[in-house]
Amino acid sequence: MDNVTPLLEVKDLVTRYYTLEGVVHAVNGVSFIVDEGETLAIVGESGCGKSVTMLSLLGLIPQPPGKIVNGQALYFNGSTQRDLLSLSKEDIRHVRGREISMVFQDPLTSLNPVMTIGQQISESLVEHMHMSSAEAYERTIKLLEYVDIPDPTKRYANYPHQFSGGMRQRVMIAIAISCMPKILIADEPTTALDVTVQAQIVELVSQMRRDLKMAVIWITHDLGVVAGIADRVMVMYGGHVAERAYVDDLYKHPKHPYTIGLLGALPRMDEESSRRLVSIEGSPPDLYTEPTHCQFAYRCPFAFDRCWAEIPPLITVGYRHKLACFYDVDLGRPRDVA
Amino acid sequence: MSPNGKVVVRVENLRKHFPIHRGLIFSRQVGAVKAVDGVSFQIHEGETLGLVGESGCGKSTTGRAVLQIQRPTSGRVCFEDTELTSLKTEALRPLRQKMQMIFQDPYSSLNPRHTIGKIVGEPMVVHKMGSEHEIYHRVVELLDLVGLKEMHVRRFPHEFSGGQRQRVGIARALALNPKFIVCDEPISALDVSIQAQVVNLLEDLQKQFQLTYLFIAHDLSMVKHISHRVAVMYLGKIVELADRKTLFAEPQHPYTKALISAVPTPNPELERKRRRIILEGEVPSPANPPKGCVFNTRCPVAVPACSQVEPAYLESAPGHFVACHLVNPISTEPKVT
Repeated sequence: MDNVTPLLEVKDLVTRYYTLEGVVHAVNGVSFIVDEGETLAIVGESGCGKSVTMLSLLGLIPQPPGKIVNGQALYFNGSTQRDLLSLSKEDIRHVRGREISMVFQDPLTSLNPVMTIGQQISESLVEHMHMSSAEAYERTIKLLEYVDIPDPTKRYANYPHQFSGGMRQRVMIAIAISCMPKILIADEPTTALDVTVQAQIVELVSQMRRDLKMAVIWITHDLGVVAGIADRVMVMYGGHVAERAYVDDLYKHPKHPYTIGLLGALPRMDEESSRRLVSIEGSPPDLYTEPTHCQFAYRCPFAFDRCWAEIPPLITVGYRHKLACFYDVDLGRPRDVA
Repeated sequence: MSPNGKVVVRVENLRKHFPIHRGLIFSRQVGAVKAVDGVSFQIHEGETLGLVGESGCGKSTTGRAVLQIQRPTSGRVCFEDTELTSLKTEALRPLRQKMQMIFQDPYSSLNPRHTIGKIVGEPMVVHKMGSEHEIYHRVVELLDLVGLKEMHVRRFPHEFSGGQRQRVGIARALALNPKFIVCDEPISALDVSIQAQVVNLLEDLQKQFQLTYLFIAHDLSMVKHISHRVAVMYLGKIVELADRKTLFAEPQHPYTKALISAVPTPNPELERKRRRIILEGEVPSPANPPKGCVFNTRCPVAVPACSQVEPAYLESAPGHFVACHLVNPISTEPKVT
């Protein structure tokens, strides 16, 4: 666990959208590291900036209205390192798909409805791997087989509407892994699916990760799914990192009031009797105002004057356990934060 | 308050088939989508019956057919002592006061051009429940009940967040003092931290007014949390029904077992040790359901009889109903509780 090699290091990423209604502060200084072969889960509610963070890395933010105001995203490949955020459009296009690829939440809108499934998979092989069309066909059939699509030769010529939701998500995964990327970003890949199909997809991604030794960044709002697949978890709130830790530490010793609240708000299958759910009162923060204090202070039962005066920095509270909070929930008093 | 023995809703052999037509001028029926195909259950006063299943299993259609929003194809629905399916629309209207619905999508179920006051007050205007002044006071009272304020009365739905809108939907459902509320996935469009707020609110209201709920959801852990009894649906049929504890501790039907094993728990240690039953494939089309047991195409333990004969829905232990050939019934007499 100790001799880990970082693959991607994001430093102080700030992304904003300049709209007619005002400036949306979507991501406000997010930093994290992804190690080789690990699964990092990014958890948070809608509007917490988890998807925008990933889109920023891949140069998929429409500019304007979006703008990456600050930050670095160092991608390490052997001895070379490149800052993804400063790459040209042409260069980032080569990184996308070849080095880092993404699976989106809604497979129906992400697939091209007028291209066959086979064409869509082989497209990236021809583009990035410079294969001939015959080679690409062979490989596409193998990929379809690998993601458990029955009768791949026949399915090659089918269109997305002829597939069910779970099958489409398998096709998306096949496209994403076609060029053997180092990092697979899965943006809520199971949210639109039923539980039994969700279990199939989770199983498929974990198996792939073992086979291909990829790092996986799994974006979700479901703390249940995270418990089963992640090595490390990052909890986001209002465009900030709230807490980041190994999965066991986070579930056993959550330190941020938001993480504690989220875990308490979940009904659990492993509990005998029904306790009253802990609800986090209030609503998610308004992203139009520039954050000048802790974004969770509005809803935090422990908020005190300092929480309203400054943004809490990320401090270390354990082995690779980071926290952005001025209050020590365990001791029941404010924490010494420089 | 826990449920007492009085039956509020009794559903017998409910069916809702949607015809499939072909041809534009000489249109003829070529088949039917069997959305709900022979469903029976009862709900007692003050009880929450959870109805779970995957998308397309007919759980929402069941809820709508029970309330006669969509008239069932066949079967009986009794509310207290009145049989609803034979009533005309006019005769149903006074009964609608006692049966309400909370919808899944708090964005599309509120009229964007009406103020919150109008939305919540409208049922009372329709049912002529008092003067404008009285209705206003009742609206404020209802908003207070669901955790909103008087100042919200003149606002429009777009000014509210998802959780607040769902509170408006709940206030509207409560406006007529109903006995029975069908909650059709009331929390699935909401964020986790907001889900808990709404679920707690529903539980408090149930205690306060002795409400009876039919709680439709696909999230098993939430259903386990809120329900007294749970029915599991698959392809238009209830495959298993039991009280909450029994269903989750000793599921009998292979589909229920797979469903429960597929739900992730927020506990990394348990998750690592866990062996999931991964079902192959996906739910067949309800327009062309498999012969015999509807689950036989995905069932990991199916025997030859399963693809031939449809299993009866029988009691395997008191209060525990299962439709499976591999489960021994305690009596072969069909009965419903």
